[in-house]
Amino acid sequence: METLFIQIKTLLVNAAALVLPPWGVTLSSMIISALAILGLGPLIMMYLTLMERKVLARMQNRIGPNRAGPWGLLQPLADGIKMLTKEDIRPSAADPLLYFLAPILIAVPALMVFAVIPFGKGMTAADLNVGVLYFVALSSTTTLVIFMASWGSRNKYSVLGGMRSVSQMISYEVTLVISVVPILMAAGSLSTQTIVESQSGRWYAATPWGLLSCMIFFICGLAECNRSPFDLPEAESEIVAGYHTEYSGMRFALFYMAEFMNVFSICALTVTLFLGGWQGPLLPSWLWFLIKTYLLIFIVFWFRGTLPRLRADHLMGLAWKFLLPLAVMNIPAAAMSHFLSEPFSTAVPLAILMVSVAVLSFFNKGYAAEKRVYHFTD
Amino acid sequence: MKNKTDTPLTEDFDTQTLQINVGPQHPATHGVFRMDLTLDGETVVRLKPVMGYLHRNHEQIAENMTYAASMPYTDRLDYFNSMSNNFGYALAVEKLAGIEVPERADYIRVILAELTRIVNHISVIGFLLNDLGAFFTPLTYAFREREKILDLFEEIAGSRMMCNYFRFGGVKRDLPPGLLERIRTMMDVFPRFLDEFEALLTDNDILCLRCQNVGVLGRELALNAGLSGPMLRASGLGYDIRKVDRYSIYGRFDFKVPVGSKGDVYDRYYVRVLEMRESLKILDQALRQIPSSGDIISRKAAPFLKAPRNFKPPVGEAYGRVESPKGELGFYVVSDGSPQPWRYHVRAPSLINLTVLEDLCIGHKLADAMVILGSIDIVLGEVDH
Repeated sequence: METLFIQIKTLLVNAAALVLPPWGVTLSSMIISALAILGLGPLIMMYLTLMERKVLARMQNRIGPNRAGPWGLLQPLADGIKMLTKEDIRPSAADPLLYFLAPILIAVPALMVFAVIPFGKGMTAADLNVGVLYFVALSSTTTLVIFMASWGSRNKYSVLGGMRSVSQMISYEVTLVISVVPILMAAGSLSTQTIVESQSGRWYAATPWGLLSCMIFFICGLAECNRSPFDLPEAESEIVAGYHTEYSGMRFALFYMAEFMNVFSICALTVTLFLGGWQGPLLPSWLWFLIKTYLLIFIVFWFRGTLPRLRADHLMGLAWKFLLPLAVMNIPAAAMSHFLSEPFSTAVPLAILMVSVAVLSFFNKGYAAEKRVYHFTD
Repeated sequence: MKNKTDTPLTEDFDTQTLQINVGPQHPATHGVFRMDLTLDGETVVRLKPVMGYLHRNHEQIAENMTYAASMPYTDRLDYFNSMSNNFGYALAVEKLAGIEVPERADYIRVILAELTRIVNHISVIGFLLNDLGAFFTPLTYAFREREKILDLFEEIAGSRMMCNYFRFGGVKRDLPPGLLERIRTMMDVFPRFLDEFEALLTDNDILCLRCQNVGVLGRELALNAGLSGPMLRASGLGYDIRKVDRYSIYGRFDFKVPVGSKGDVYDRYYVRVLEMRESLKILDQALRQIPSSGDIISRKAAPFLKAPRNFKPPVGEAYGRVESPKGELGFYVVSDGSPQPWRYHVRAPSLINLTVLEDLCIGHKLADAMVILGSIDIVLGEVDH
């Protein structure tokens, strides 16, 4: 079981070796990995939509999709067919090139980041030695594409959504990158496979600085993929659907697909960087990886079902006034733990972080909730 | 937190304001209400409410029918609280014709009016949270409780929303057997639901951040604009018609009027929560005091149930008002001695409360404008009557 997928791939490559020259075998190995990723992305996305609807439904005292197939298992297929057969509408005022390119350009990077995600032991499609950097670089292109979509569709709601998206993503990207630095310092590598292997003894999330990094990374990741409570760019109750207001049919489906694949890849990367990746006892490594990732995805859906939305200025305040300084302070804390010996290697970073949280909370106390007293009259 | 929303346009940077339309078909507007917004970035600099998409000529229609025939039309004013609307109209016409209401009918009326208040407030809070972006979860739970009360309404009046249950001088028919016990069961469960609801919402940081000091309605403005209901009370004025007029039998109950201090969205939210708790107190007392039998319609008015055209109030005018969940709901009726009112006017609290929308929203973000609109609690049936 452990090497199930690797064996399947070896089998296919060996079969190819019978008929192809050596370069063809290398090429076919690459193509097999690429096809696996290409198939996996949409499959994950389709069933994430179902999972989200089911999870939200249970949280909202409803049943959720249950008509198409048992437990609504065929619902994603039905949705896909509906999306494909819908009329393709393009607003007459839209910029044809930008409007056409945006949905494609948003889906491609979302798929491409799957290449560096270690789904199991030895199961990374491309084990790049700059894996984390590759991930950050690709996910940051989303900002541009979202703005292309919003500008190209010539809709005021879209423009508002696009502006919100750009400001939000740029702010959170800075924090996201800085929050990864302690992990890179500890692992000494940017390769995702190496980072997972370096966690064989202890998960990074089990250290004070690692836990903080993990939380900051996860929060920023949510903001990066526009998930609740940071879903301002597509805030339904304010700006209809934000940057994809004018998109329908398959073009809209591509945006939707990119969003869900981003959710998956952010959760997968959180697992890889902080929660030991595919490490775990008894079960096969890929199963461990999926279990951890889906638990995090459940948390994402949980947020969606329970939290109200932040406002743009609060969102910026959270990023620049709280998360960013905390992420910066986390770097010396992680360094301390690296160079000091026990018990100082835990105590000193913990002290640094607690002081920083206290100081930042003091400076941010304007955001704290007021206690109100209500009077009664007769 | 202070609002740092009024950033001035810089001289050297050429910016334009953006005019957008929110509504009448927009997921955030309640009903077919349209806001013509001018935004500077995300900040609202001008807001023009556009009403009238649901105008149905309510007053003119009422002037061309018998008095009794308008009763079902009042259901459609504020379709969330048909019982309160019936109540107001019945009071006005009873005053005009000098009809007394039997005691049991009075109790039934008060019980239904307070149940309606709970239905309205719980839904408003659910919708408000929806405007805040809490994706339907609070709303579905609020609607679960609302459904329980609507089930009771269905048993009583035969209809869930358009109850059409009140009649001049009483109510349409007696309560079905066992109903008071079912109301009692509902009341035993409801406070627990409300506690749970509050535990999740009232101290939620995001909710506090979004609602506190947003859309502050000053006491002066609230008075000058003629506001009423929870809007006015959240601004610090304990004006409640149930206390001021003590109409029907409200004088017999021991309840208090919650009053806010700031007048922001949070106060409007919390005043409604507290009002629901006070309504439960009234319900509790009413259920204990209600006479177990008796007339449900006054002897004087009973014949007109079958022959509404014979109902000709004496020449004169009357203004009947109730504390509807949204504010002062008044009906002004003038009779010329014919079977039809010569003049019929509705003082719709939603419409009057909505007039301050622009003052509340200017200087706030677009996102706040939606929340402020949600906290005003409008129903377009009433705004555009």
